[in-house]
Amino acid sequence: MSSHDNKGTLEVLPRDSEKIKRIWKVAGILLFLTLIEFVFAFTMDRGWLLYAIFVGLTLVKASYIMLEFMHLKDETKTLFWSIFLPLIFLVWLIIALLKEGIEIFQVRW
Amino acid sequence: MSSTAIEVASKRGIWGGGVEPLKASYGKLMMWFFLLSDIFTFTAFLITYGAIRFSYPAYAGEPVDFVSSNEYWPIPEMIFDAFPFVHGVHLPLVFVALMTFILIMSSVTMVLAVEAGHRNDKKDVVKWLLWTLLGGITFLSCQAWEWTHFIHGTDEGTVMTFVNSMNTLVTETVFGANMYVNQYGPASFAQLFFFITGFHGFHVTIGVALLFMAFYQAAVGTYEERGHYEMVEKVGLYWHFVDLVWVFVFTFFYLI
Repeated sequence: MSSHDNKGTLEVLPRDSEKIKRIWKVAGILLFLTLIEFVFAFTMDRGWLLYAIFVGLTLVKASYIMLEFMHLKDETKTLFWSIFLPLIFLVWLIIALLKEGIEIFQVRW
Repeated sequence: MSSTAIEVASKRGIWGGGVEPLKASYGKLMMWFFLLSDIFTFTAFLITYGAIRFSYPAYAGEPVDFVSSNEYWPIPEMIFDAFPFVHGVHLPLVFVALMTFILIMSSVTMVLAVEAGHRNDKKDVVKWLLWTLLGGITFLSCQAWEWTHFIHGTDEGTVMTFVNSMNTLVTETVFGANMYVNQYGPASFAQLFFFITGFHGFHVTIGVALLFMAFYQAAVGTYEERGHYEMVEKVGLYWHFVDLVWVFVFTFFYLI
């Protein structure tokens, strides 16, 4: 019964236009970076430079999504680092398995 | 009595209980750590893609002269060039770019729903969740079309020599893709396509179900009665994660 007493008593706060503007700005950045990737895919020659640009832009987009959209930058430092630090393990996994792939190539061809 | 209890609590320190050391609820923390484990899963998939791709020769010629073969890894932009309703027109990566656009936009409407939830604005929460839901369903429909096209293939197909499912070496024209052979490149190419985009699509499907739940409960006033819109926030975290994964899939599967 007590839960029914609370019904409709939540106070609706007014829109914070600064916050909403910020959300749309980040959206614009994400779409713009995707557009740049798309354009570069057809205007630049394939090669390590292009791949480095792709990876760099992807990481920028990823950090915008995690920090802004998922509000990770507003969380406590402890939570922030307990999400970010474990990702360090991935660095070695990337190096190890890509090297593995290259060596399989050398054995096979 | 109560003053004693407070004294004991202060001796326990910040991790001693009674307070939230990370200033986040149990549900939100668990969502974060689930997403962390999911990051590892998806990264393992994408690294596997990289390792297998590196174990095959790369296509050496000019992109315009590209012909599919199971001897080397294909260039994705020459494979993913179809668009609904315009049959046979070469539109490299346009459809995938559209799908990316849809998913990013649905992520934006999701963050607006979370923002409205912080303000207890039921009307805005319902509105933005509905937009997000529409974005998610549109994305899934696009993926269904892409899979259908990928499986059925082009009109011409590709002549390939391969070991078929009966374990015999054959040379024949291959149309589309299955787990044994595909007209685009080595068998692993289609396998990884189904595996990676399929697992991502599965996550989107779950996300759409969660969004529908949040939309329904927000609309009938469950969260208003509960006194907070934290569920919208948790579903939001998951939905942004789905977008986050797609950003990486877009780069590593379609662009590079």
